[in-house]
Amino acid sequence: MNHPITLTVNGVVREATVPARRLLSDCLRHDLGLTGTHVGCEHGVCGACTVLLDGEPVRSCLMFAATADGHEITTVEGLAAADGTLSPAQRAFAECHGLQCGFCTPGFLCTVTAFLRENAAPTDEEVVEAISGNLCRCTGYQNIIKAVHRAAELQAETRADKEEGAR
Amino acid sequence: MTIETGRRSGVGESVLRPDGTLKVTGEFAYASDLWLDGMLWGATLRSPHPSAWIRSVDIGPALAMPGVFAALTHRNVPGEKSYGLEHRDQPVLAVDEVRYQGEPVALVAADHPETARRAAAAIVVEYEPREAVVDPMRAAFDPDCPAVHPNGNLVRHQPVRVGDVGAAATGAEVVVTGEYEVGMQDQAFLGPESGLAVPAEDGGVDLYIATQWLHVDRDQIAPCLGLPPGKVRLSLAGVGGAFGAREDLSMQIHASMLALRTGRPVKMVYGREESFLGHVHRHPARMRYEHGATLDGRLVYVKAEIVLDGGAYRSSTPAVVGNAASLGVGPYEVADIEIDAYGVYTNNPPCGAMRGFGAVQACYAYESQMDRLAEACGLSPVEIRTRNAVSQGSRIATGQLIDTPAPLAEMLAEIAAMPLPEPVAVQADLRLLPGGVSQTTHGEGVRRGVGYAVGLKNICFSEGFDDYSTAQVRLESLAGEPHVLVHTAAAEVGQGLVTVQAQIARTELGVDRVTVAPADTTVGSAGSSSASRQSYVTGGAVKTACEAVRQRLDAMRAEHPGLSLDELLERFGPIEETREYRHRPTVPMDPVTGQGDTHTQLALCVHRAVVDVDVELGLVKVVELAAVQDVGKILNPLALEGQIHGGSAQGLGLALMEEIQVRDGRVLNPSFTDYLIPTILDMPPMRLSILENPDPHAPYGLRGAGEPPTLSSTPAVAAAVRAATGLPLTRVPIRPEDIALTPASIS
Repeated sequence: MNHPITLTVNGVVREATVPARRLLSDCLRHDLGLTGTHVGCEHGVCGACTVLLDGEPVRSCLMFAATADGHEITTVEGLAAADGTLSPAQRAFAECHGLQCGFCTPGFLCTVTAFLRENAAPTDEEVVEAISGNLCRCTGYQNIIKAVHRAAELQAETRADKEEGAR
Repeated sequence: MTIETGRRSGVGESVLRPDGTLKVTGEFAYASDLWLDGMLWGATLRSPHPSAWIRSVDIGPALAMPGVFAALTHRNVPGEKSYGLEHRDQPVLAVDEVRYQGEPVALVAADHPETARRAAAAIVVEYEPREAVVDPMRAAFDPDCPAVHPNGNLVRHQPVRVGDVGAAATGAEVVVTGEYEVGMQDQAFLGPESGLAVPAEDGGVDLYIATQWLHVDRDQIAPCLGLPPGKVRLSLAGVGGAFGAREDLSMQIHASMLALRTGRPVKMVYGREESFLGHVHRHPARMRYEHGATLDGRLVYVKAEIVLDGGAYRSSTPAVVGNAASLGVGPYEVADIEIDAYGVYTNNPPCGAMRGFGAVQACYAYESQMDRLAEACGLSPVEIRTRNAVSQGSRIATGQLIDTPAPLAEMLAEIAAMPLPEPVAVQADLRLLPGGVSQTTHGEGVRRGVGYAVGLKNICFSEGFDDYSTAQVRLESLAGEPHVLVHTAAAEVGQGLVTVQAQIARTELGVDRVTVAPADTTVGSAGSSSASRQSYVTGGAVKTACEAVRQRLDAMRAEHPGLSLDELLERFGPIEETREYRHRPTVPMDPVTGQGDTHTQLALCVHRAVVDVDVELGLVKVVELAAVQDVGKILNPLALEGQIHGGSAQGLGLALMEEIQVRDGRVLNPSFTDYLIPTILDMPPMRLSILENPDPHAPYGLRGAGEPPTLSSTPAVAAAVRAATGLPLTRVPIRPEDIALTPASIS
């Protein structure tokens, strides 16, 4: 049986009709055409499919699309500003060579975006713990740690600029 | 010593990846992201048995399902029934028998991936299971062992004979022997196999595919489709990692067959479990080594037997055997050598290319031996290696002269001088102890160990292979500015080759604006993105083509001295040149003695690992991993460090956690729940020192860099765990029970 659902994805209201067991990851990729969310293991281990559900990171391969009905979802495609300006995490991963093949990157970016909102100036230990649920096979993680710290710096600069502008 | 190449964003600078922005915005199109309206989805039915006769295949139930457009078996293969990298022994679809669990038997195309999967499962295959050959030692040496292929089970036996080991043995004052085992490692790239095949109006097919080598794919696909190569056009889709696993075909022919049959575009994407069954792995190895030395630790002779389990099909097993044999004593000076390396067929999963390619297995064994020898001679691990280290002017086991810098002793001195990390206090934060928050003690049983290892890797294809790359370079005026377009068929798999190609063009032509065109088969072959060879060979091709363009440009400038570059290009049009580049030729190993100049370049890497081991729980935490590598010339510091980090992490994984567990020919752990790769918690901070002693034969003096770190990190971690536990640990990966439950540790 199919179910009509309404999701707010990256700020846009999207409607779809899905079978009850359609995974959120498949709904995003196939029904909504948002292929930036990647599927690496299909059972919640690798973290590549991580998206933000009402701001919190979730594994979209472990959730039914119908369960997300009525919720707000942010995917990697929604992290940049409306004018295309990259978010601090996006800029930092590109600048610090925090990616090689890049398949895991959207999941890392969603995890890190939520993490830095909670903890704007993390220590190394906190960074490592925060992203220990995301697998990367290419980088050996060294530059990913650098990228997270750099993202925190960029986020702080962006906030300072905004406060400056508000005055 | 460094070579100055200094051009802004040219060779030697940490230029950022041109695909970085697309990869952080989600726009980069991986093969699994491709989509065409009206496309069908392909699925593969695979054998559940490692060895069986097929008595019948009934595709009727699949065809009867709504939404199914085709179901195919070997009868529908239009051309050659088999393919293979070096030798066509692998059926496109099983013909009357299956030789490994996961062998493709039938294909389905349907309008939805779930329908395709269900339809494949509905196909009825009648199997008659038979005895599976699962013991590689039996396959190698037991004449009564059933044959996996008509010609027997031996794929290649490569001996190496130098001097007289028998006579030398009488002169050895210290002899150490050991038997070692390496488990089956998986490349475990994160982006599973996938591609999109589109039938073309000319009866051919356009294939968008994640691969390592477009042209060798094409040359295997076309005969099986019964098409001339020109009608099989491949374009590289986004590749989610490779590490050797994409050197063999996976779904290329299958998707093309379904597309040609249905007249519709067909997409195939493997799931993770299918990926584990659908690509080759690193050869598991059984190795027996004997090292003889003088009392003061100088090697007198080395004797070794290396058996590599190639699984059901040949793939690149012969070349892997060649590497294990030719690099089998490592970067040490040894007068008398006797090595026998074997690659065999079994009914285990097929094995082929993985980062390090035959050199990884041997390195674990010979480095374990060097530590035993150090102990027997009362020397430190660094001292025993330094005393026997090769240098420029030495000869390796094949008799080949090392005619370029090989400063192994200096590299060892440098790594030994690096400061060691502080010990962790017993009452430390649990997260700092082995096992992290899974720790159930307070670290009373934690012991620290330090281990060293070195590795020797050949760069580029060896043993007489015609190893070349092709580059087309076009210098033109675009919007009033000079612009360079570089076109090759070289596969960007994440390593950063697109960046390096553009850097070379900027340096050679002095033009800032460079675009690297998408890789496809409309230009000549670039060879494989493997063997650490693309910077060398495709880099060399781009450099050579740029030089040819520059030569023409210089002639034009001489004739028209008053014109600017842009004016010249506006007036006379674009300058385009295509060049092939080859490295120094090599020869096959002598079949009896293994001698010959079989490699074009040799590379060294040295690792030091520091570990904390909870000897009661069997848990290991790697505290720090340091590496010294000589890369000849750094093309891009940021990207290079990324390669060393990543290669070291994969070596750490092999040392401590990564193994495809195979029982009776069946894979027990085809998932990321059960096949473990290092997380960020497993990977320690790395300390790197990168040397630049140029190889005058290579472009810019560079030395291939992607694989060497994968060799030495495994034995360095294993040595550190031995140092912490005092256990022999002759098998990798080292499992918790190998530490906590061995008789030695219990007593």
